[in-house]
Amino acid sequence: MRIVCPFCGERELGEFTYLGDAKPVRPEAGASEDEVFDYVYLRDNVAGETSEYWYHGGGCRTWLKVTRNTLTHEISSVEPAAGAGAAKVGA
Amino acid sequence: MAGAQTHRLGNAGLIDRSAPLNFRFDGKAFSGFQGDTLASALIANGVKLVGRSFKYHRPRGILTSGSEEPNALVELRTGARREPNTKATTAELYEGLEAASQNRWPSLRHDVMSVNQLFAPIFVAGFYYKTFMWPAKFWEAIYEPAIRRAAGLGRAAGIADPDHYDKAWAHCDVLIAGSGPAGLAAALSAGRSGARVILCEEDFTLGGRLLSDGGTIDGLPAAAWLSKTLDELAAMPDVRIIPRTTLFGVYDGGTYGAIERVNDHLPSPPEHQVRQRLWRIVARRCVVAAGAIERPIVFAGNDTPGVMMASAMRTYVARYAATPAKRIALFTNNEDGWRTVETALGAGLQIAAVIDARPDVSPAHRSLASKSGFPVLHGSVSGVDGGKDGVRKIAVSLTGGARAEVEADGLAVSGGWNPAVGLTSYHRGRPTWRDDIAAFVPDGAPPGMVAAGAANGDFGLGACLSQGFAAGAAAARDAGHNGKAGIAPVADDEVFSLTPLWHVAGKGKAFVDYQHDVTASDIELAQREGFESVEHLKRYTTLGMATDQGKTSNVAGLAIMAAVSGRSIPETGTTIYRPPYVPVAIGAFAGHHRDETFHATRLTPSHHWAVEQGAVFVDTGLWKRAQWYPRAGEKDWLESVTREVKAVRGGVGFCDVSTLGKIDVHGSDAGAFLDRVYINTFSNLAVGKARYGLMLREDGIVYDDGTTSRLAEDHYFLTTTTAKAGLVMQHLEFCRQVLFPELDVQLTSVSDQWAQFSIAGPKTRDLLKEIVDPAEDLSNEGFPFMGAREVTLRGGLKARLFRISFSGEMAFEISVPARFGDAMARNLMLAGAPFGVTPYGTEALGVMRVEKGHIAGPELSGTTTAADLGLGKMMSTKKDYIGRVMAGREALVAPDRQVVVGIKPTDKARRLRSGAHIIPKGQTPGPGNDQGYVTSVCFSPTSDQWIGLALVERGRERIGEIVHAHDPLRGEDYDVELCNPVFYDPDGGRQRG
Repeated sequence: MRIVCPFCGERELGEFTYLGDAKPVRPEAGASEDEVFDYVYLRDNVAGETSEYWYHGGGCRTWLKVTRNTLTHEISSVEPAAGAGAAKVGA
Repeated sequence: MAGAQTHRLGNAGLIDRSAPLNFRFDGKAFSGFQGDTLASALIANGVKLVGRSFKYHRPRGILTSGSEEPNALVELRTGARREPNTKATTAELYEGLEAASQNRWPSLRHDVMSVNQLFAPIFVAGFYYKTFMWPAKFWEAIYEPAIRRAAGLGRAAGIADPDHYDKAWAHCDVLIAGSGPAGLAAALSAGRSGARVILCEEDFTLGGRLLSDGGTIDGLPAAAWLSKTLDELAAMPDVRIIPRTTLFGVYDGGTYGAIERVNDHLPSPPEHQVRQRLWRIVARRCVVAAGAIERPIVFAGNDTPGVMMASAMRTYVARYAATPAKRIALFTNNEDGWRTVETALGAGLQIAAVIDARPDVSPAHRSLASKSGFPVLHGSVSGVDGGKDGVRKIAVSLTGGARAEVEADGLAVSGGWNPAVGLTSYHRGRPTWRDDIAAFVPDGAPPGMVAAGAANGDFGLGACLSQGFAAGAAAARDAGHNGKAGIAPVADDEVFSLTPLWHVAGKGKAFVDYQHDVTASDIELAQREGFESVEHLKRYTTLGMATDQGKTSNVAGLAIMAAVSGRSIPETGTTIYRPPYVPVAIGAFAGHHRDETFHATRLTPSHHWAVEQGAVFVDTGLWKRAQWYPRAGEKDWLESVTREVKAVRGGVGFCDVSTLGKIDVHGSDAGAFLDRVYINTFSNLAVGKARYGLMLREDGIVYDDGTTSRLAEDHYFLTTTTAKAGLVMQHLEFCRQVLFPELDVQLTSVSDQWAQFSIAGPKTRDLLKEIVDPAEDLSNEGFPFMGAREVTLRGGLKARLFRISFSGEMAFEISVPARFGDAMARNLMLAGAPFGVTPYGTEALGVMRVEKGHIAGPELSGTTTAADLGLGKMMSTKKDYIGRVMAGREALVAPDRQVVVGIKPTDKARRLRSGAHIIPKGQTPGPGNDQGYVTSVCFSPTSDQWIGLALVERGRERIGEIVHAHDPLRGEDYDVELCNPVFYDPDGGRQRG
């Protein structure tokens, strides 16, 4: 498997570390235990396109948001994950 | 003296007769030539019997001439290099080669276990499941060992492999599998287009079937065209051809696995060379020109030595000038089989008969038969009379019902050809059925991959050339190369006419899977017992599960299943194809990652100095750390460690602690950032001060701890444990980039940039004064406990000094740029000599931390909360931080949790050991009353007895209680007292002094 890092170019899997689903957003301070529980534990088991966090530890140390199809392993987009999990304050 | 090559033809073939080679098979001396395989050399010496079968111990000969071989498996080489299950058909002959047949005792010709054939009725499909069901306890003790002795393949060496294996990456535009006509044509067009090309060929000679079947290409004999083409390719700088290399797998993103047998053709690899190399090839496009595999027809006695695939027989004759038989019969259901007759006649061999299962035979072949004086029989082979010395007579059922008999010493069989669909199917692609060739052809190939020529089901030489050429040009174009490919090589296509025939009914065992001894009747039985699905069929009968992965057997097996279950072959379907295409040695996957190079080794900045001191080292993760520094006359580690602890507690010692993770945190929001990742507050830490910090995971469990200092308003210096150094960096980057992008903060890993030493003991200041510039104030007022700042050393070097203590003594940690680490260690020794300075290792470090009740790895176990560790009060209630909410969950704050507590044995002389279970006193140990376990122990020189830390239910409320330590692993039972975990200087006066 190969990931095209937006900063380093196409690199081999061994340079990256997988974290998991990039969908959940960290609840704001003061969120209820149930909300935080969902954030920490609840994940969809997607057959198809999913977004996930990958860390380019063997390169630029950027956390990336990779859109990947779990059925074909095809990667359709890779972008920096900046703020992807941030609480949407005021939203 | 080597035996004569009685079965070698005069003056033909691709062997080098000027280079004779001696070899031994089962101890007997033979000779062959450079260019032989072990199989061709055995054939040239008239050897027909090469092994015994897996289950029935039937005599077996050589069936094929390639990597699909199911029968001719040998143990190659001896001693540590002995390799079982090596295919004689691909093993290149070298001077002094030694091979032994497998699965026979006491000898190949007189095999005791061949009596298994008499019991054949019980060895049917699923017999292991049926026969050895009960009593259950007999399985491990009796059945399995007995079966393993009787069935089984070759023996592994059992000694460490003395050879080296390499791993390498390669990148190209177009990767080509196979150097037959299709592969070479693809290389020509892709190379001419300007693409970077890698071509992998499994064989040691390039050319594929051209080497055996010849033909005319562009008006030239095949050999001449081959040589011209290889010259043209060799002149292209971006075309790389790697022989002896099998493409065995395809992975995501156009990554391919290939195994190169670099030096398997030599007795042992030349010095400093590897035996095999594992290639990972990244290719934009891949052309699979891996050809096709001829398939057997299933009939009684089809495993008799001397029965051989028709294509293999003509390969041995044409390429190796070796004659598997003198009087050959051919059993075919297609036109291609007849080429063996032509080759054999051309070599002066006799044809006994052709048994053709088709209704019609071409007039040309008919006239060939009458001219050469052999009969053409319409019908099928229904049985073979022969044994370990080979084929004697062949029974034929003629169309119409009559019977005939043919005398021959060799039987060539052709049931048609199966495209090699492995590579194209490894991403779950299901091959589709083509009626005209009665075979599965590639479908659903991985992205960027295309099959060409015989691998695509188009067997004619002309089709191979034109398809290969077109595929190569298209692949180059797709990869962005548009150079002129020129004109494709041209050749005529042979006629391919085939009447499907899979199985001929008859008396006696008819083998489908030779290597696993699966017969046609096993498949019929599986169907009767309900194992109709191909995946069930495979597992119930073990069809296709041997080391050859059913290359010659799978399709015939499916066809028989289809026939007995009343379905078509495509309805029956194929099993899932999985890599590797050929067996790959584990050593090749490991490469250089074995023994001391299993992983990278990290050395501390003072490592070489510590080696000079005679330190004993311990592996901690990738690091080598000095564990203790033995001195002359000390009888064991405990004596050394005890001396080191006493020296620190009574004077001064130092220890390299550079392995801790170190991270510089910069930015105007650095404090706010740390507040969110630690349970305690750092934004209010004064510049010039250090503070202990604890991090949780988002689920509320403790993640890591360490000391963080504030060196400037916008600059913190954070340390982590040795084990979590990389992971904490990754975690903090996640927090910074993904969760808190609004914060102005930057992280820099500086673990390798700083050498850090802990200097501890009451004489620490005396020693430091010799190191640090006299202008620096090290007094308790000028540099109080938990102070942290930059200082100048004597000589002008800037260092970071931290007044922190893990040992509980008056202590500092000093950081200098890593390149000065070695000098610092030497300097501390020199300057500390008047104070009796003592270097101490991780063991003494551990003893002192247990004496102080500090938590470390065994307590940060991934199950403990801050409160479990006695650090609950550090959890801020005034801010949000990672793990805060989940840490408040009911079970994580339950009052009966296991918490850290000290333990000491009631018998002062008793040694403690980690891992012992804590049970209430007076109770019989069991899962119901297990209240925790011992996490860390040490012999405490200060207490003069063993002490420890344990996680114990409600431990802190039970100080003073005597409990029972139960250690079933070591068979130890004793009483311990629960106590305050801080054994030494509980009010901390020493570290503050």
